Amino acid sequence: MKEFDLAVFLVVFQEMLGPLLWILPALAIAGLVSFAAVLLHEGGLVSRRLVRSEIVGVLGGFAALGLMAMVTISGFSDAGGPVDWLLVGLIWGVGLVGATILAYAVQGVFAWKAPHGH
Amino acid sequence: MTNEVPPRDGLIAGLDSPLSRRRMLALSGAGAATLMAVSAPARAAEAPPKVATKAHIVIAGAGAAGLAAAARLAERLDGATITVIDRRKEHYYQPGFTLVAAGLKPQGYVVSTTADYLPRGVTLIEEQVAEFDPVANKVVTDKGRAIRYDFLMVATGLHLDYAAIEGMSTDLIGKDGLGSVYAGPAAAVVTWKEMARFAETGGVGLFGRPATEMKCAGAPLKYTFITDDYLRRNGTRGKSELIYTAQNKGLFSVLIVSEKVRMLFRDRQVKVAYERVMTAIDPGRKIATYKTPTGTAEFKYDFINVVPPMRAPAAVRNSPLRWQEGVWAGDGWMEVEKPTLRHKRFPNVFGIGDVAGVPKGKTAASVKWQVPVAVDHLIASIQGTTSASVYNGYTSCPLITRLGRAMLVEFDYEDNLVPSFPGVIAPLEELWVTWVMKTMALKPTYMSMLRGQA
Repeated sequence: MKEFDLAVFLVVFQEMLGPLLWILPALAIAGLVSFAAVLLHEGGLVSRRLVRSEIVGVLGGFAALGLMAMVTISGFSDAGGPVDWLLVGLIWGVGLVGATILAYAVQGVFAWKAPHGH
Repeated sequence: MTNEVPPRDGLIAGLDSPLSRRRMLALSGAGAATLMAVSAPARAAEAPPKVATKAHIVIAGAGAAGLAAAARLAERLDGATITVIDRRKEHYYQPGFTLVAAGLKPQGYVVSTTADYLPRGVTLIEEQVAEFDPVANKVVTDKGRAIRYDFLMVATGLHLDYAAIEGMSTDLIGKDGLGSVYAGPAAAVVTWKEMARFAETGGVGLFGRPATEMKCAGAPLKYTFITDDYLRRNGTRGKSELIYTAQNKGLFSVLIVSEKVRMLFRDRQVKVAYERVMTAIDPGRKIATYKTPTGTAEFKYDFINVVPPMRAPAAVRNSPLRWQEGVWAGDGWMEVEKPTLRHKRFPNVFGIGDVAGVPKGKTAASVKWQVPVAVDHLIASIQGTTSASVYNGYTSCPLITRLGRAMLVEFDYEDNLVPSFPGVIAPLEELWVTWVMKTMALKPTYMSMLRGQA
């Protein structure tokens, strides 16, 4: 039975991303868990906070593109065809969603800790 | 694992589509956990029982093909003695040489240690096969050790015949505007230094390829495009002249690709001199001499990327394993069956990787698709059965056309384009996504291939 060699990929990813290899998944998991916790705690979405988070999300999209540019020693300005623009959009979108969730969760956790802090 | 069908759903040293899907997810920052989750179904497909045997299998050469074959054999056989013979301790990730010579990756990017990839239970003899004796089923190493085998896989790679160019020596690489990407990781680094210096000053850049079969025929083209890009970035392109010397009347063995490259060269103002084969170089005067249909021609250069003639290593060239006649005979490539890579006259011998005397692809992508087929046939022989596995000549080349873009060129023995992502990644389009694959996904895939997992 073949097993997927985790070690091989880890080594190579380590080389490509350096410490980001660990920071990115940790951020993603922490963001999702705290987002879920905040949702459960508050019993729904807080619209004002969501809008603020989406603004951060837009920046997160650009950050994702920046990260990609760093890793591939190139950038979205090298896009040459439709599939490239699709990829640019995908990366930006993932950055946006990730940053939005993370920003929402962070704000939620702070509000949670200081419930009367207005 | 069997790869019995033409590999339409894979590319390069294995940018197979599951991997690229994984890559997309990984890029999303979802990270390694998601990566593993997605990849699991892709490889849960089959688990054939191990084949019990007492056979002794010798693998000559521990490059990409030798290591990948060792991994697959070790995984599928129970009780076999598997011996890998290779003198060099370092393993080179050759597809990365161009990136090193383009100043984009450090030398360490392409150097690792062979022993790290050696499957459990496989013996490595750090010597080199000096003599093949397929009649007596034995090989003799450079230290005089004779090793008998039941099955032999020849994966010795090829010989870079720098000495065939008069006045050329590997000592010259990295001096006086002379570069050569192929000679090894250190040569790639000093080639970059020479090219970077050239890009600052401008001048005449000379590129080309030998008349023999060669590793990755796209590499000399890539390096021309990359140099062009650096000159433009430095603002020195205007006072420079780039000349590509083709060994025949084309720029690539696949006509449709050749035409595309011709148009790109026209676009980038790279001049092409057809039917020029380098015969001599004068590094002091910076002049390269070429054989032409009518005589000789000289070109002066400020920077040159020397690509030497390539032949089978002497041990193979001087053995009965070589082609006895025809186009492959002169340079001593191994006489193997195209679809199975089994030797035509010695059925217990297989030739994989660069040394195989088959048309096309001396690339990591070829290795990726050759090895499983040869292994299937070898194991079938052990079992006394036959295998239907076929290698269709698939190979692939992410042909860099400028920094940040590449064309994903994939083709087979018959010069058919066999795109892995038809309708998504167009084979003759300069795309960023192809560059992204080249810089990110290729090496992980290659490493998995060495371990028999891709």
